Amino acid sequence: MTSAPAPGAPPVLSAQALTKTYGTGQSRFDALKGVSIDVHRGESLAIVGKSGSGKSTLMHLLALLDRPTTGAVEIDGEDAASAPAKRINHLRNDRFGFVFQQFFLTAQQSVLENVTLPLLVAGVPPRERARRGMAALDSLGLADKARNRANDLSGGQKQRVVIARALVNEPDVIFADEPTGNLDTATGTQVEDILFGLQRERGITLVVVTHDEDLAERCDRRVTIADGLITDGAGR
Amino acid sequence: MRTADVIGNAARNAFRSRLRTTLTVLSLFVGAFTLTLTTALGAGVNEYVATQVATVSTGDALLVAPAVASETTEGPTPFEADGRQQATQPNPLGSGTLLNAADLETMRGLDGVDLVEPVRMITLDWVAADGADEDARFELDINPSSSLGRSDLVAGDQLDNGTDAAQVVLQEDYVAALGFDDAESAIGETVELGYTDAAQAEQTIEAEVAGIARTSLFAAGAGTNESLTDAVTEAQAIPGQPEAYVLAVAHLDGTGPDGAVTDQDVDDVKALLADADLTGQTVEDQLGVIQTVINGIIGVLSAFSVIALLAASFGIVNTLLMSVQERTREIGLMKAMGMSDGRVFSLFSLEAVVIGFLGSAIGAAVAIGLGTVISSALAAGPLADLPGLTILLFDPVNVLLVIVVIMLVAFLSGVLPARRAARQDPIDSLRYE
Repeated sequence: MTSAPAPGAPPVLSAQALTKTYGTGQSRFDALKGVSIDVHRGESLAIVGKSGSGKSTLMHLLALLDRPTTGAVEIDGEDAASAPAKRINHLRNDRFGFVFQQFFLTAQQSVLENVTLPLLVAGVPPRERARRGMAALDSLGLADKARNRANDLSGGQKQRVVIARALVNEPDVIFADEPTGNLDTATGTQVEDILFGLQRERGITLVVVTHDEDLAERCDRRVTIADGLITDGAGR
Repeated sequence: MRTADVIGNAARNAFRSRLRTTLTVLSLFVGAFTLTLTTALGAGVNEYVATQVATVSTGDALLVAPAVASETTEGPTPFEADGRQQATQPNPLGSGTLLNAADLETMRGLDGVDLVEPVRMITLDWVAADGADEDARFELDINPSSSLGRSDLVAGDQLDNGTDAAQVVLQEDYVAALGFDDAESAIGETVELGYTDAAQAEQTIEAEVAGIARTSLFAAGAGTNESLTDAVTEAQAIPGQPEAYVLAVAHLDGTGPDGAVTDQDVDDVKALLADADLTGQTVEDQLGVIQTVINGIIGVLSAFSVIALLAASFGIVNTLLMSVQERTREIGLMKAMGMSDGRVFSLFSLEAVVIGFLGSAIGAAVAIGLGTVISSALAAGPLADLPGLTILLFDPVNVLLVIVVIMLVAFLSGVLPARRAARQDPIDSLRYE
């Protein structure tokens, strides 16, 4: 089940003419200068570019972590850029999963507590949290580490915990920002296999920001960003 | 995030840095400890004064004394032949000027005054059990206001001013001295009282023991009823000397339900007395001054503990700011996952409240424990002469109030750090190293 969007279905994410400007006057910096892009349900999209090109900014706007200066972002046809903060918080919590290059695990907490953080935020009762957290850990072969402290794991294990955390709320889209950047080649490949496996088996849409050519190569589609504009690959 | 989870996580987060939290809790502990003790001290002393007031006041009487001359700027007061006399020796109950018979008449004529009784000071030399030897006589002080007030009785009844029989209320420590088995068995027995009359001749009079009283702060001395007072006054009056009294007691007519005396009645009569160059005070008025002084002292003591709390509140701000700083990325992550600003704010401000609760609850508990020990040690030792005084009275409402106030202070201290956390931008927070 590769990227075969149902004909006529709206893209899961759609961005029109996004611009993002930081600062004013002398220190004004245009991170994005008009980017339009559609992300279709079930596909894997690589956003590549040099650092400072605006690829991370684009991902933040698509993931509703930030609001564009101009332009619109639609989730399943729903305009998100102008939605109230409460709705945006809910959309992020319900529809998205995040995998970051730095793992952002809370060191003192157990693996299970780290994994169930999105469910805690969502207000899921404790018993249900534990059940779903264990299921997510189990699918990544980490069930036996549930009670360990997050700090006691290896890098590869940590990134699998992060994936379990991104997965626990059964998201439509997983945003991965340099997911293998902190891992050696062998573990990196392992993590990539897991991510693409999720895309294949569960139909989860993957948006990967990377400058790793091999990783970009494995995605269904890639767009290259340079100086705040798409320079290579179709936005739609 | 569910409210129960917010509270649970706030409590757990408070203990992530155990040493730091403990130190902050300790600083609050000091404030809570002193505040609990000072409020207990205030409650204890005021409670004692209030019970003492009840023992000396019937609530419907005014103590009347001559108004203190205020025209000091207009030279010496002109002499009036029929004017009031000056007392030859100071007395604790009134001013230097004495009331005369005309003043009593004026009082009797006022609206709202039912009965006027002058307070007469009589001096008794000794008391002895009926028929006892001369060496079993004991000195006896008479409380001049005893006929108008109530004694804090251990046994028997209050003095009866309507009867012709001479009655006396004795203090507890006379029971054994006079050879009675206990307070109950002394009631109704006859004692002999000795006094010196105006001609310097020794006289004795018999009186019935109406009641046995607890020693009290304001009603020190034995009590005599009117019949006994009349008899002794008559014998001790120097022939030819005009009537003069330190004080008079005006009993009021009540206009309230069942003839009760209302505050309005008291105020009305006070105004009339003022017009007649007299001042009327209820016992509560007189003791109100004492209570004001006590409250002033307690207020100053409490102010010190409030200063301690103020210092502690800066400790909370500091602790939480460090906590917010340390958890920047965690906050960013939770916000990226859709946690609202309001929930982030609650998480941190509740952490402050948890610290506040711990400090205040432990402080109050230790204060109660230590205070109870100190209080009973004092009651057994230095304060044994004031029975009924619990120097530190821990009123549950006051203790709860102290805890709630400190939790509120903690919450307010948490507002600044919690706002800082709530306003963090998730992207910036996740980039933070």
